[in-house]
Amino acid sequence: MVHMEYYLIVSTIMMFVGIYGFFTRRNLLAMLISVELILNSVDINFAVFNRFLFPEQLEGFFFSLFAIGISAAETAVAIAIIINIYRNMKNIQVKNLDKMKW
Amino acid sequence: MNILSLFPAIPLLMMLGLWISKNLKQIHAVMVTGASALLALSVALVVLYLGMRADGQIAAMLFTGGFTWYAPLNIRYDVGVDGISVAMLLLSSVIVFTGTFASWKMTDGAKEFFMWFCLLSIGVFGFFISLDLFTMFMFYEVALIPMYLLIGVWGTGRKEYSAMKLTLMLMGGSALILIGILGIYFGSGATTMNIIEIASLHNIPLPLQKVWFPIVFIGFGVLGALFPFHTWSPDGHASAPTAVSMLHAGVLMKLGGYGCFRVAMFLLPDAAQELSWIFIILTAVSVVYGAFSACVQTDLKYINAYSSVSHCGLVLFAILMMNTTATTGAVLQMLSHGLMTALFFALIGMIYGRTHTRDIRELSGLMRIMPFLSVCYVIAGLANLGLPGLSGFVAEMTIFNGAFMENDTFHRVVTVIACTSIVITAVYILRLIGKILYGTCTNPEHLKLTDATWDERLAVIVLIVCIAGLGLAPMWISGMISDSVVPMISHILN
Amino acid sequence: MEYTILILALPFLSFILLGLLGTKLRPGVAGGIGTIVTAAVALLSWWTAFSYFGAGRDGSGVFQTLIPWNTVWLPFGGGLHIDLGIMLDPISVMMLIVISTVSLMVHIYSFGYMKGERGFQRYYSFLSLFTMSMLGLVVATNIFQMYIFWELVGVSSYLLIGFYYTKKEAVAASKKAFIVTRFADLGFLIGILIYGFYTGSFSFTPDAPAIGAAKALLPLALGLMFIGGAGKSAMFPLHIWLPDAMEGPTPVSALIHAATMVVAGVYLVARMFPLFIDYAPGVLHVTAYVGAFTALYAAVVACVQSDIKRVLAFSTISQIGFMIVALGVCTSADPHEGGLGYMASMFHLFTHAMFKALLFLGAGCIIHAVHSNEMSAMGGLRKYMPLTHITFLVACLSIAGIWPLSGFFSKDEILAACFRFSPAMGVLMTFIAGLTAFYMFRLYYSIFWGKENKALHQEHRPHEAPLSMTIPLIFLAAVTLVAGWIPFGHFVSSDGMAYDIHIDWTVASVSLGVAAAGILLATWMYLREDRTVADGLAARFSGLHRAAYHRFYIDEVYQFITHRIIFACISAPVAWFDRHVVDGFMNMLAAVTEKVSWGIRKMQSGYVQRYAIWFLGGALGLVIVLLLAI
Repeated sequence: MVHMEYYLIVSTIMMFVGIYGFFTRRNLLAMLISVELILNSVDINFAVFNRFLFPEQLEGFFFSLFAIGISAAETAVAIAIIINIYRNMKNIQVKNLDKMKW
Repeated sequence: MNILSLFPAIPLLMMLGLWISKNLKQIHAVMVTGASALLALSVALVVLYLGMRADGQIAAMLFTGGFTWYAPLNIRYDVGVDGISVAMLLLSSVIVFTGTFASWKMTDGAKEFFMWFCLLSIGVFGFFISLDLFTMFMFYEVALIPMYLLIGVWGTGRKEYSAMKLTLMLMGGSALILIGILGIYFGSGATTMNIIEIASLHNIPLPLQKVWFPIVFIGFGVLGALFPFHTWSPDGHASAPTAVSMLHAGVLMKLGGYGCFRVAMFLLPDAAQELSWIFIILTAVSVVYGAFSACVQTDLKYINAYSSVSHCGLVLFAILMMNTTATTGAVLQMLSHGLMTALFFALIGMIYGRTHTRDIRELSGLMRIMPFLSVCYVIAGLANLGLPGLSGFVAEMTIFNGAFMENDTFHRVVTVIACTSIVITAVYILRLIGKILYGTCTNPEHLKLTDATWDERLAVIVLIVCIAGLGLAPMWISGMISDSVVPMISHILN
Repeated sequence: MEYTILILALPFLSFILLGLLGTKLRPGVAGGIGTIVTAAVALLSWWTAFSYFGAGRDGSGVFQTLIPWNTVWLPFGGGLHIDLGIMLDPISVMMLIVISTVSLMVHIYSFGYMKGERGFQRYYSFLSLFTMSMLGLVVATNIFQMYIFWELVGVSSYLLIGFYYTKKEAVAASKKAFIVTRFADLGFLIGILIYGFYTGSFSFTPDAPAIGAAKALLPLALGLMFIGGAGKSAMFPLHIWLPDAMEGPTPVSALIHAATMVVAGVYLVARMFPLFIDYAPGVLHVTAYVGAFTALYAAVVACVQSDIKRVLAFSTISQIGFMIVALGVCTSADPHEGGLGYMASMFHLFTHAMFKALLFLGAGCIIHAVHSNEMSAMGGLRKYMPLTHITFLVACLSIAGIWPLSGFFSKDEILAACFRFSPAMGVLMTFIAGLTAFYMFRLYYSIFWGKENKALHQEHRPHEAPLSMTIPLIFLAAVTLVAGWIPFGHFVSSDGMAYDIHIDWTVASVSLGVAAAGILLATWMYLREDRTVADGLAARFSGLHRAAYHRFYIDEVYQFITHRIIFACISAPVAWFDRHVVDGFMNMLAAVTEKVSWGIRKMQSGYVQRYAIWFLGGALGLVIVLLLAI
C-alpha cells in the first residue's frame, strides 16, 4: 500500500520544481513546460485526495481531467503567442519581453 | 412643472439652442434670451416668494416638489426655496446675465464656451434649489467640472496649471463632501436624503457629528476659500476668462458658504457648536490674511482674488457665529461680495482686453483714457471697502453687529480682529485706484485706447445698480433673509 | 417740520444729477444747479433754525428735541436697528446753519476759483455729496446714522482732496486722509458695537436701565468713539492727514478741512456729552489733555511753516484742540458749575467755522493771484488786493482773539472754562492763544507786508479776485464782525437752559494782553522788509526750527510704520507665506503624488518572472498570515 503522503511528496516536489523552473528559465518554452509541471502536480493532488479521502465520489478525477483539458488548450494558445513573438523578435528570451508595462 | 425646475431647465434649453445655432449672432441671441429669461424668472420668484410669505405661509421651504430618481437609495430630486436660496438665485441670474454681456467679444469657440457656461449655470441653479443632499451634490459637481475646461481652454497665462489646481482642490473638497453626506445620511437613519427630513429627525449622535462636521465644513470651505484651502483662488481667477471669473467668484464661491450653512451647520448642529471655535479662528485668519496679502500684489486679478479670500472669509466667519444677525449678514455679504467681485472681474477683464496687461506697475492714468470704466472701478472699490450707500457696508455692519452679540471674550476678540480688515481693505483698494487710475498715463500705447462699448456698459451698469440698490434699501432683502434664518438658527441652537 | 428732509434730499439729488449727467452739462449750468440747491438748503436751514428757536422753550426751560422724520433703515436682531432720520436740537440746528452757510459761500466762491478747471461738473457734484453727508451727520438721530454719514464725509473728502487726480501729491494726500481717518473709524466702529450691545440701542439717549447695565463699559465705548472723533478732527497723533489734505482745491479746504468736517469729532463729543459727563468724566478729561497737547503742538509747528495753506491747516488743528479742550474740561452739566466749556466749545466751533473759512477763502484769492502757496512768492500784496487784505486782517484779528471780533468772545469763554478746571490748563491755553496771535500775524505780514517778491510780481501782476470770490469774503467778514454779539448761551448750553454769557474781564484782559503781545512780536519780527530777528532766531535754534518745520517728524514715523513695518514686515511676508508655504504645501502634495506615482510605476517592469515572484511572495504571505491567524 502506497501511502497518500508519498503521492503528496511527489506532487509537492513537482510543484516546486515547476515554480523554480518558471522563475529561473529564460526561455519561454521552458517556462511553459514549468507551468505544465505545476498544473500536473495539482492534478495529482486532486486525484490522490479523491482516491484516498472520498473514494465513493468522482469529482476530483473529473476535475483533474477538466484541468488537463484546459491546460492543453492553454498550451496551444501559449505556443501560438510564443510563435508570434518569435516571428516578431526572432527569439523567445523572456528578458526581451518588457514591453508589457505602464 | 414646478417653477423652480425652470432654473436648471432654461440653461439646458440654452445649451440646445447653442448647439443648433450657426453663427455668433444666433449664439448671442440665444444667450441674451436665456439670460434675460433667467433674470425675469428670478425677479418673479422673489415677488412670488414675498407674496406667499405675506400671505402667511410659514413652511420652511416654499415651492416644494420632486420625484425619486434612484429608488434603491431613495435619492430624490427634491426642490424648494427659502429666503436664503431665493436671494442666491437672484444673485446667480444677475451674474449670468451680466457675464453674458461681459463675454460679448468672445469669438474663439464662442459656441462651446457658452455651452460650458450654461452647464455651469445649470449646476449653480440646481444646487441652490435642491433639498436632497445627493442631488445637491450632483449639481455641485456639475458646476465644478466645466470650470476645468473653461479655464483650461479659454483662459490666459498659466491656464493649464491653474485649471488643474483649481479642479483638483475643489474635487478634493467634494470628495470630503460626499463622504460627509453619506455619513450624515446613514447616521441620521432617515429614509430619504432630504435636508428638512434629516434636520427634523435630529438624531445623529454627537461623536458621529464631531467626525462629519469638520469633513463637510472643510469640503464646502474649500470652495468658500477657507484658509488654508484657498490657494486655488488666486491662480484660478487670474487665469480664468472674464465671465468665468465673474461667475466663479460671484456665485460659485457662494456655494461654499451656502453649503457650509445649509449642510454642515444645519444638519450637524451639536458638533457645529462644539467645534465652531476652530473654524472661527481659521476664518478670522482668512479675513485679515487675505487683506494683508492683497496689499502687496501687483496683478489686478490677484488683488481681487485675495480680497475675495478676505470677504468670503467674513461670510464663513459670520455663519459660525450662529446667531440670526450674523448669519443674515453672511447671506448679505454673499450677495454683496458676489455683485462687487463680479463687477471687479468684469472691469478687470475690460481693462485687460484693452491694455493686455494686468500688472499695476504698467498701468497708470487710466481715468483720463477710459473715464467710464475708471469711475466704475472706483465705485467697485468703494463698495469693496464698505462705503455706506453701497452693498458692502450693509453686509459688513450686519456681520460685525451680529458677531459682537456673542458675549464672551473669544468671540469679541476675533470680531475686533475681523473688524480691522476694513482698514486694510481701504489700504489696498486706495493703493490700487491711486496707481492705475490716477496720475498721468506713462505708456503712450495706452493713450489710443477707447472707453467701454455698449455691451460692457450694460453689464457694468446692471451690477452697479444692484450694488447701490442693496446698499440704499437693504431692509426688504435683509428681512426676507432673516425670516428664513431665524428658524434655522433656532434649530441649530437647540 | 417735515420739510427738513429736503435739507438732505436736495443735495443728494443734485449729487446724483450732476454725477450722472457729468460733462453733458455745461460747467456753468452744473455749477448753477449745485449753487441753487445749496442756496435752497441754506434758506431751509435758516428757516428751520428760525422756526426751531422761535418756537421757544418748553415747560422745563429747554428747547425740545424734535424728530420730524425717522425710519428704520436696517434692522438687526436683538432689538438693534439702524435708523435714518432727522433730529433737531440746539447743536444740530446750529450746525445746520454753519454747514449750509459755509457751503453756500464755497459754492459761490468756486465759480471764480475753479473757473475753466477740467472736471468743474464733477467738482460741484462732489460738493453736493459732501454737503449732503455733512448735514446728514449733524442731524443724525442715532450713533450709527452718524457713523454712516461719517464715512460718507470721509469719502467725499477723499474725492475732493484728490480732485486733481493727475497730481501725484494730491493722490497721495487723498489716500492718506482716507486711510488715517479710516483707521480712527475702526475705533469708532468698535465703540459703537460695544455701545449698541450694552445699551441695547444706538440712540444717543438710551434708557436709564440700559445704561445701568452698560455702566462698566460705557467709558471704554466712549473712549473708542473719541478715537474716531480724534481721527476726523485731526487730534495728535492722528493729525497727519490734515496738512497734506491742503493739496485739494482751496475752497474745499475752506469747507471741509476748516469749517465743517474736521469739527465732526468735536460735534461727536458734544453729541455724547450727557453720557460723557455722567458716566465717563475721566475719559472726557483725557480728551482735554489730548486737545491741549494737539493745540500746543500744532501752534508751534504753525509758527515755522512756509506754505500759507499749511499754516492755516495747523492753525485749524490747534483751534480744534481748543474746542476739544473746552469740552474736556467740563466737570458737570450745569454751565454755572463747570459745564461752561460745552457752550464755549460750540460757540468757538461756530465762530471758528466762519473766520477760518474766511481765512482759507482769502488764501485762495491770494493763491489765485500769485499761483503759489509759498510765502516767498508773496509779500507786499496789500496794494494789489485791498479787499482780500482787509477781510484777511479781520479774520486774523478774530482768531487772535481781539475785542470785539467773534473769536474774542468764544475764546474767552474757553479760557474761562479752562481756568475753572485748573489754573495750569488755563495758563497753557492762554499761552497757546498768544502763539496763535503770533503765527497768524506772521502769516499776515508775510503775505501782505514784508519783503515783496518783486521779480515775480513784475512778471505776473497780482490782481484782486473776481466778484464771485470777494462776495463770500465780505459776507464771512461781516459775520465774523458781528457773530460775537450773538447771545449764544441762549441757544446752546450744556443743560439746555438759557445761559447768559458774561465776560470774565480778568481772564479777558490777560488773554487780550497775551494776544496783543503775540501780535506785537510778530509785527516787530515780520513787518519790515528785512527779517533779521526772525532769521537770526531760526539760525540760533536751527535744530528746533528744522524739527518744527518738518512737523517733528511725525509723518516720517508714520511713513516708517506703514511702509517699513506694515508693508515690508507684514504684508510682504504674508503674501510670500501664502505663495510659498500654503500654496507650496498644495503644490508639494501634487509633486509628492507625482513622485510616488513614478516610484510605483517602476514596479510594473514588464518582466513576467518578476511579477511571478511578487505573486508567489504575496501568496506565501497570505498563507503565513492565515496560518498565524489560525
